[in-house]
Amino acid sequence: MLKTFLTACRGPVLFVGRGFSSDVSVGVSKLAGFSSPTLSSEASLYVHWPYCLRRCSYCNFNKYIPRSDNQDVMSECLQRETETLLRLSHVSRVTSVFFGGGTPSLARPSTIAAVLETVARHAALSESAEVTLEVNPTPILSSKLQDFLHAGVNRFSIGVQSLQDEDLKVLGRDHTSQHALETVGEARALCPGKVSVDVMFGRPGQSIASWELELDELLSVCDDHISLYQLTLERGTQLFSQVQKGQLSVPGDDITAIMYESARKILQKRGYLQYEVSNFAKNGAISQHNMSYWKASQYIGVGPGAHGRFIPHGEGACREARTQTLEPEVWVREVQQRGHGTRRRIPLQHLGQLEEVLVMGLRLIDGITHQHWQFFSPGADLHQIFSSSCEVQDLQQRDLLILDNRGLRCSWQGLAFLDSMLPNLLLQLEEMFFVVHDRFSCVYSTVLS
Amino acid sequence: CPCLEYCCSNLESGLLPGQWRHNSRMKLIDMSKFPVERIRNFSIIAHIDHGKSTLADRLLEITGAITKTQKNKQVLDKLQVERERGITVKAQTASLFYEYENQTYLLNLIDTPGHVDFSYEVSRSISACQGVLLIVDANQGIQAQTVANFYLAFEAQLTIIPVINKIDLKNADPERVENQIEKVFDIPKEECIRISAKLGTNVDQVLQEVVKRLPPPTFNREDPFKALVFDSNFDQYRGVIANVALFGGCLSKGDRIVSAHLGKSYEVNELGLLKPEELPMERLYAGQVGYVIAGMKEVKEAQIGDTLYHQKHPVEPLPGFKPAKAMVFAGMYPMDQSDYSTLRSAVEKLTLNDSSVTVQRDSSLALGAGWRLGFLGLLHMEVFNQRLEQEYNASVIVTAPTVPYKAILSSPRLIKHGREEITIVNPAQFPDRSLVKEYLEPMVMGTIISPDDYIGKIMSVCLNRRGIQKNMVYIDDHRVMMKYLFPLNEIVVDFYDHLKSMSSGYASFDYEDAGYQAADVIRMDILLNGKPVEELTTIVHRDRAYSAGKAMCERLQDAIPRQMFEIAVQAAIGSKVIARETIKAFRKNVLAKCYGGDITRKMKLLKKQAEGKKKMRYIGTVQVPKDAFINVLKRKDK
Repeated sequence: MLKTFLTACRGPVLFVGRGFSSDVSVGVSKLAGFSSPTLSSEASLYVHWPYCLRRCSYCNFNKYIPRSDNQDVMSECLQRETETLLRLSHVSRVTSVFFGGGTPSLARPSTIAAVLETVARHAALSESAEVTLEVNPTPILSSKLQDFLHAGVNRFSIGVQSLQDEDLKVLGRDHTSQHALETVGEARALCPGKVSVDVMFGRPGQSIASWELELDELLSVCDDHISLYQLTLERGTQLFSQVQKGQLSVPGDDITAIMYESARKILQKRGYLQYEVSNFAKNGAISQHNMSYWKASQYIGVGPGAHGRFIPHGEGACREARTQTLEPEVWVREVQQRGHGTRRRIPLQHLGQLEEVLVMGLRLIDGITHQHWQFFSPGADLHQIFSSSCEVQDLQQRDLLILDNRGLRCSWQGLAFLDSMLPNLLLQLEEMFFVVHDRFSCVYSTVLS
Repeated sequence: CPCLEYCCSNLESGLLPGQWRHNSRMKLIDMSKFPVERIRNFSIIAHIDHGKSTLADRLLEITGAITKTQKNKQVLDKLQVERERGITVKAQTASLFYEYENQTYLLNLIDTPGHVDFSYEVSRSISACQGVLLIVDANQGIQAQTVANFYLAFEAQLTIIPVINKIDLKNADPERVENQIEKVFDIPKEECIRISAKLGTNVDQVLQEVVKRLPPPTFNREDPFKALVFDSNFDQYRGVIANVALFGGCLSKGDRIVSAHLGKSYEVNELGLLKPEELPMERLYAGQVGYVIAGMKEVKEAQIGDTLYHQKHPVEPLPGFKPAKAMVFAGMYPMDQSDYSTLRSAVEKLTLNDSSVTVQRDSSLALGAGWRLGFLGLLHMEVFNQRLEQEYNASVIVTAPTVPYKAILSSPRLIKHGREEITIVNPAQFPDRSLVKEYLEPMVMGTIISPDDYIGKIMSVCLNRRGIQKNMVYIDDHRVMMKYLFPLNEIVVDFYDHLKSMSSGYASFDYEDAGYQAADVIRMDILLNGKPVEELTTIVHRDRAYSAGKAMCERLQDAIPRQMFEIAVQAAIGSKVIARETIKAFRKNVLAKCYGGDITRKMKLLKKQAEGKKKMRYIGTVQVPKDAFINVLKRKDK
């Protein structure tokens, strides 16, 4: 199923539009045999809605409780920034759109529609392109979900988090399990097969048994996609200080490890294939948008605090890590004055780009294929870089990492240790990068310029 | 006396001591007018905080050497650590002019370091004196250091004037202290002077008694020049300033002198009195005390205890000279290797003023380049570290202190090539049992004085530290003085703090060198998954191996982060494992989290970890962070 999907999304989309002009180099044309998500002519789009009704006790994300109704200004500015950045990127095709937050389901459907229309005016946005909206399962009028659908949304990602009402209260969520189940039902009715649920483990007071039961219950109502997140205690959150003070306790590392492992087993048994550390899908319902992150494709971030990775053709020839201004009010002012609120631009040098390819790619169950790697690193293949490393050999011997003729990837058990393996892999990459630096850089520059 | 007149008039006009030397009228002082009969050389010795420096200040004020102001507290204690800890590390000296029965006397107060770590320095200072003021706190009574100091003076056959200080305190019980003095030191209690240095009560009487009771020095001006170096300082601009006591003859500016130890000759550029500021003079005479600047470039050229003489008239060196002997060693490394050269220059500057610190370059796989420093004792080490941190703002890792062991080699081949006896400072150089006839460990004689309520606890602690009781006497109704022979190694780490906390702060402790003694010491290795960790090798007594090994394994278990596999932490003697702890493998390390495209933070974290790995020490496949080594090797904070 997974295969079918991947084949399906490899459309004949190479070399369309302005990004690749007639001076396509030899280095690139060699790559023409496979679809690359990194073409500078296409990108996915992330739109950040920074507002929430209330603050969740665990969340340190960029979100604000709105003080006044500023829907019109927000709508206007999101459109304006989308337009500016699309122009800057010279992107001719937007492969997916994701409305995240915050609580983007608090936005008016008309705002969503307006942003999508803006996208369509400046780049190709095909009917089949995935357009996801994060939904907070508060008692939401089912008509609103329908309105979002009409606005152009074709996938809902629902932040269920838990089916235990007590836990939802501790997490500071403003919904109950009843609301969550209803919202999932409504969403499924509107977009069958295109609904994802987020669920969280490692919550205060959670036990392995209760987690397994809860997952079971969730699987009986959910659709084809599920994301598992481990609760992380972030400094500065209410939950963090409650745990510091001993008012709450979260399960230890060994317990959360078992929770993760048992969830992976349960999901597998129920037909959900794990395709990434946190993501599981059946019937090929993989999230295209998230996939573009793992594949190090270009993405444009719009809205306060949004992140992007793309080549601003108007301003340089190198891919940049870009961050928009965090505070909504300041961001609004900047967008009104300059057309965008880009606060920080960090050029991604070749090594930096390869590091992201490695770190993101290994989160996928399929890892990094040779072709994928070669696109970014035509000068040195995965074997050349990693085979000589004692650490890599040791990891291979312990069945945690696989380097074969498909590419580099974690084994099933190795995926759970990825963060321990990455520092060594990054060091090896850096070392070999400088060894073969000349070869690397000259070819690379022809690829991405 | 022209000098006295001058001093007094100066005092009245409000001139500060430092201004004197700029006044050419000072040449008026003719030191030849002070024959030995009107000279008294003395030291003040006391337990920490019994008021030595306060008394010294009062004596200086009364004799007009310093003006009487609030700010003038403890003029003699120059170092920051000295003021903070209420101890004197570097001896200071002051010449006082005192009028008694219409005669002006030259009283040379030769201050001594306040701790027996510096007992050699104390003994040299004392040998320049004819008497001492033995100060005892009227509340606390005799303490361990009082005893140690007393014996130094007693053995040097000096006249001892007991002074009971702090009689103004509410709980002062001078009578009890007088009884203790009589009992322990066999000095009639009538000889004690009760004072309050703080308030100045009876301080003048102290000076009178110094003149009356202490004998004058018995040196002769007509003899060839001979002087004892009892202290030295380094001045960036003027070189070494040696403090000397003239045991015969006289010394003038321009004289050519020789140091007996190194045999080098020098020309005297400047000499004079210490008031305590330097006051240049034309000449110094037998029995007098002062300073000499003679173009010496390093303090090692003016070692404490050395003898100076005229080039033309060589003399027999004074007895008792010993080069400094390090008793406690510790590794010292910069927290960050990029600070190495800064730290090196700080260590160099400090050792310029302290020739008793031995410095040896060392390097550890875990901690990088650094030094192995040798100190006279624990306090000496602490003072050095504090000065390094406070005066030079250097951030350093100091390893737990070790002591120098010795091995008597058995193999004739080894003896042929080297010495029969070798000193082992670094555990990595511990010779194998098969090559060794006998190992020796340094011993100390410890003195503990405590209220008798704590005897039981103290005895059991001492026993645990392999101490052997040599003596126990009551010094009054409920205070006991105990003498224990300890292996130095047993008291270098936290013994004193332990003793203090166990006795609610009432027990005092001091020790003196007691030579070497045969001991069953062995080399203990620490293994991680079977691979030895070189920098954690230690030398331990066989009886202590198990507990030391277990403690080390436990500390490592806490300090090494869990890894993808299980880690066995073992302590071993030869091939025999004597202690083991296990660091369990972690089961998962991947962040299941959505980044919303924000991968910058994650990348930063990973890059930081990758950078950290570069600095990580690998023992086999086990990664040991530097912090873990620091935690295990570092001296525990107090």
